[in-house]
This record gives sequence, C-alpha cells and structure tokens, in this order.
Amino acid sequence: MPLVELKNIRKSFKLGNQEVEILHGVNLSVKEGEFVAMMGPSGSGKSTTMNILGCLDKPTEGTYLLNGEDISMLESDQLATIRNKMIGFVFQGFNLLQKTSALENVELPLLYAGIERKERHDRAKESLIEMGLSDRIYHEPTQLSGGQQQRVAIARGIVNKAPILLADEPTGNLDSKTSDEIMSLFCRLNTEEGITIILVTHEQDVAKYAKRILHFKDGIITADKINKDRRPIQ
Amino acid sequence: MISSIEIVRTAVLALKRNKTRSMLTALGIIIGVAAVIAAFAVGAGANKSIDEQISSFGSNFIMVYPDRSAQQTGNTMRYLTYDDAKAIEDEVSGIEAVAPMINTSATLIYGNTNWSTGVIGSTEKYSEVQDREILQGRNINESDIRQAAKIAVIGSTIAEKMFFGDNPLGNSIRVNKIPFTIVGVFTSKGQSQTGSDQDDFVLIPITAAQKRLVRWTTPGRIGNIYIKGVSMNALQYIQSETEALLRERHRIKPGEPDDFSVRNISQMLEARRKTTTIMSMLLGSIAFISLVVGGIGIMNIMLVSVTERTREIGVRMAVGAKAIDIRAQFLTEAVILSMIGGILGIILGVFAGHSLASFTQAPPIFTVSSILLAFLFSGMVGIGFGYYPAWKASLLNPIDALKYE
Repeated sequence: MPLVELKNIRKSFKLGNQEVEILHGVNLSVKEGEFVAMMGPSGSGKSTTMNILGCLDKPTEGTYLLNGEDISMLESDQLATIRNKMIGFVFQGFNLLQKTSALENVELPLLYAGIERKERHDRAKESLIEMGLSDRIYHEPTQLSGGQQQRVAIARGIVNKAPILLADEPTGNLDSKTSDEIMSLFCRLNTEEGITIILVTHEQDVAKYAKRILHFKDGIITADKINKDRRPIQ
Repeated sequence: MISSIEIVRTAVLALKRNKTRSMLTALGIIIGVAAVIAAFAVGAGANKSIDEQISSFGSNFIMVYPDRSAQQTGNTMRYLTYDDAKAIEDEVSGIEAVAPMINTSATLIYGNTNWSTGVIGSTEKYSEVQDREILQGRNINESDIRQAAKIAVIGSTIAEKMFFGDNPLGNSIRVNKIPFTIVGVFTSKGQSQTGSDQDDFVLIPITAAQKRLVRWTTPGRIGNIYIKGVSMNALQYIQSETEALLRERHRIKPGEPDDFSVRNISQMLEARRKTTTIMSMLLGSIAFISLVVGGIGIMNIMLVSVTERTREIGVRMAVGAKAIDIRAQFLTEAVILSMIGGILGIILGVFAGHSLASFTQAPPIFTVSSILLAFLFSGMVGIGFGYYPAWKASLLNPIDALKYE
C-alpha cells in the first residue's frame, strides 16, 4: 500500500468571479521511504500539489489517500491533527518564530501534540543535536546563519517522528555550499530513518539528490522518472 | 486542544516578545481601572464622612434660624428671640433640650496672649444639645443668665493655648476687652471631620453676649435655636410643631411664607449625601468609559498583532495548531494584558484615591469588593475585546498565513 496516493486531484481557485483550475487531475503514488523531487516552472501546480499533500489545502475534486485512508473530505481541525502526527514541513523562508529560541521553535509540534513539557524539551533537544546544532539550542533565529536556521526548521519537521517530510524550496534562500549540506541532511534522514521526503524545487542540482523526479507542467504531471544519476551523499 | 497551562505559557511568551507594546496596551486598562477604583473610594470616603458628621451632630438634632430670603417681602426684619426659644421648650413636646444660640467671634486676651476664637452665647442647655461635658469647674447656670454674668466656660484648646497647663479656673480673661471670669472647662472633642478644631471656643451666657458683645438693638434677639429631640422619630413632629408655634408667635398669616427655617440636620446631610453619591456615580461612569476605551485599545492592538503575526499563526497551524488553539492563545494574551492592567490599575487607583482625597478632605475607602469588581471587570474587558481579534486569527487559512509578507 502506498503511503501517499493522489487520485485525479483537481484544484480550482476563485479569481474575482472566475473559477481558475490550477490542477487538472494529478495522479501520484508515493511509497514509504521514497525521496521525491517535484520540478516545474512556476504556476505549473507543484506548490498547490504540495499544499494538498501537506493537508494545508483541500482538493476541489479527487481523492487523497494517506496511509490508505481517504482524507480529502476531512474538516480543518482533523487536518491539523494529521499535519501534527504525519507531516513535517520545511519552508523556503525557514518560518521560525522570531525572538524565540531554537529549542522552543522545535518544541512547537510537540506542544500541539499535547506532550508535556519535560518530554518536549528532551525530544526537541535530541532533534537539534541530530541536526548538529548542540551548541545553538538556546539561540534565537537572528543569531543563526541561514543554514543553521534551516536545520532548526528540519529539526522541527522531524521532532514529532512524522513519517513524511515536505520541503518547499528548502534551499531557495541558501548558497550552494549550504544547500549541499542541507540536501545531505535530507538524504541521511531518508536513508537512515526511512523518512519519506517530498520536496519542491526548481534547481536541477537540488533535484539530483532525490531518488525520483516528477515534472509538472500546466497543472499535470508530465514526467515521472527514477533519478538514475543520483548525487552521492557527501 | 492543548492544556490551559500551556496556552497561558504560550501567551506569556508571546507578550514578553513585545514588552513595550504589551505595556502600552495594558496602560489603557491601568488608567481605566485606576479611575474606577479611585472614583468609588473617594465617593465612599465622602459618604462616610457625612455619616460621621451626622453622628457627631447627633441624629436627633434640629436647627432653627431666621430665613432672610422670605423676609425680603416683609416690611421689617424678623429675628428669633430668646422668648421664641423658651416658648418652644415649654410648648412643644418630644424635646429633650432647647438652646438659644448667638455665634460670634472675638479676640481673647490673657496676660500677654492674644487669641482669636469663636464665642458662643447660650444657656446651660448648650452642653446638653451638643453632647458636651464639663471637665473642670461648672457649667453656666440660670442665675448667670438672669444676671448676664460675665463668666465663661472655655474649650480645651483655649485652656491649652492661653494657660499652658495652668489652672484657668477663677482667672479673668478679656473677651473683646471685657473681662470674663472663667468658671469651667469643657472636655475635648478633638478635630471634626473637616479638620476644624471643635475645642477652640468660649461659651458665655446668652444674655451677656446680647448685652456686651453683639449689642443688637432688637430686644431679646438671638442668632438661632438648637433643639435636641428625645428620639429620631420625634423629629418630624417637633419640626412641624415648632413651625406652627413660630408662625403663630411671629403673626404670619396663612399663605405667607415663614420668616424662619427649621432644619433637620440629618436631612440636610442626607441631601448632601445624595449629591455626593451622584457625583461619585458620575465620576464612576466616566471611569467606566475610560475602561471601555482601554478595552478598545486592547482590541486595536490585538488586531494589529494578529496581522503582524500572521506568519507565526501560519507556522503554528502548519505544525498542528487547531483553530481553537490559536483562538485560545490570542484570547489569553488579551486577558493576561487586561489582568496585568487590572492589577497595576488597582495599585495606581489606591494612590490616585489618596491624592484626590486631599481635595475632598475625606479619606478614601477601598473595599475588597470594589477592588475585586474592578479586577474581574478588567478580565471581562479582556475577554470581550480580545475575542474578535482571536476569532479573526483562528479563521486564517494556513497557506495564506504562511505566504504573508
């Protein structure tokens, strides 16, 4: 059974009086432990697909099976619970809370999972150490470099032991050297911990790390290939 | 939904991140609560001081004085006389004592000491009507009145300021240059509610005051009449009987206005209490309005805060916060702000009440219930005005919130 399955997903938005369809029937199946990169020009629908995968948005039509369960009709509070338990997010702009320590940022998903304080601390610390930030635990975002901030965000994404990590242009704000570091981290999480990673990127260099590459164009997937020349982990 | 202790902790952290703004927001509530607390404390203080005045006058106290406004229509000025007082005492029932009064002032001289003070001309009944006791010596008696004797009973302040602890009895004191022999000293009553010294006076026989001090031409003329009734319930009767008697004695035809006025002191003070209550209600409602304005300030800042922190809300939602978690967080922030404002406002209000009280000359009274009420109300203001921004925050769509610049 695939971990994630999209069946004929359509999504339209209201623009003024007009309904504009962004996704014209996306079909996608991702198994546990996969590392998928979604590529395509802007407006091709990759980010919208990502939002639906992340339960941040609901499809207008079609079925979304997560772990075999149809979640396309759930209420927003139920989706919040699914996001909390099943999905970690990494964003282009890091999206860390300002004036808040790395530790507290990483604790956030655990807070909403209802985990008590002591355990939250311990698990958040563990995640930060795993991301190589043992000496940055109490630093605030402004005291961290871009790469460090993104690692805090990844620590936040994995702290709840969610099986899926979604990354939207995770290296968009980083230089190429730091990008490589971050991508290596993703690879490690994928191989060592079996976390399923789906990322959106427009950079060929970043996509090369993935095991599978999808191409989007005009709201549908136009190509779905195994990445043969995958970059080795550095 | 996450536990309430976590919500409070999250809200406190968020408020701490923006200390200046949080304090400025709370300021509106601080001022509002302080104003409410101060207004009610000053009002309660003024009421209490009136109560004390009522009890210091004695609740069964009636005062009769000539009414000049009514006399403007008449041909001759009519005054109260010594015989009026006598007639009241003889003919009106329910009376414990009647004191005819002349109030004037004079300079006292004893040795090298000069002292300006109030001089009261009255009879032996004065002490009864005013609840005064003799500390030393004796009171005025009937033969003093008959003879217009030049004797005086002095208040304890005079004894202190002019005799410096020497025995004043038997000494002669000059009242406007006329020598009076001191025959008695009153016990001390201390300061009145308004801060005036109640022991700074000299009592002389009313006949002596008429002849030697005021030298009025109308025979038997006195200033006013103090009446002490046997009980509070008798006052109404005494008042109407006295009015009827004086109208008859002054030959006032039916339909003509009185040339005197009979006042029940507690009634007068009651009227003043009403004014004070209205004043404090007025102050209180202005204070209340400022509290509401403070609440609107909170709403305003919370709305700005929700807009400013849209991304934060998006992040929280992305990692699993439900709408109710977001709503609870922002609502709690508003409530904490107004509660802090409430506490600081109570402290400020106590100070403000004390400094305001220096104008009203009555110490403010802070009751636990008024403080609790102000505090609870500030909390309610927080809920009332925090709800809309919190609700708005919880309605945000996580995708839009995350993209918000």
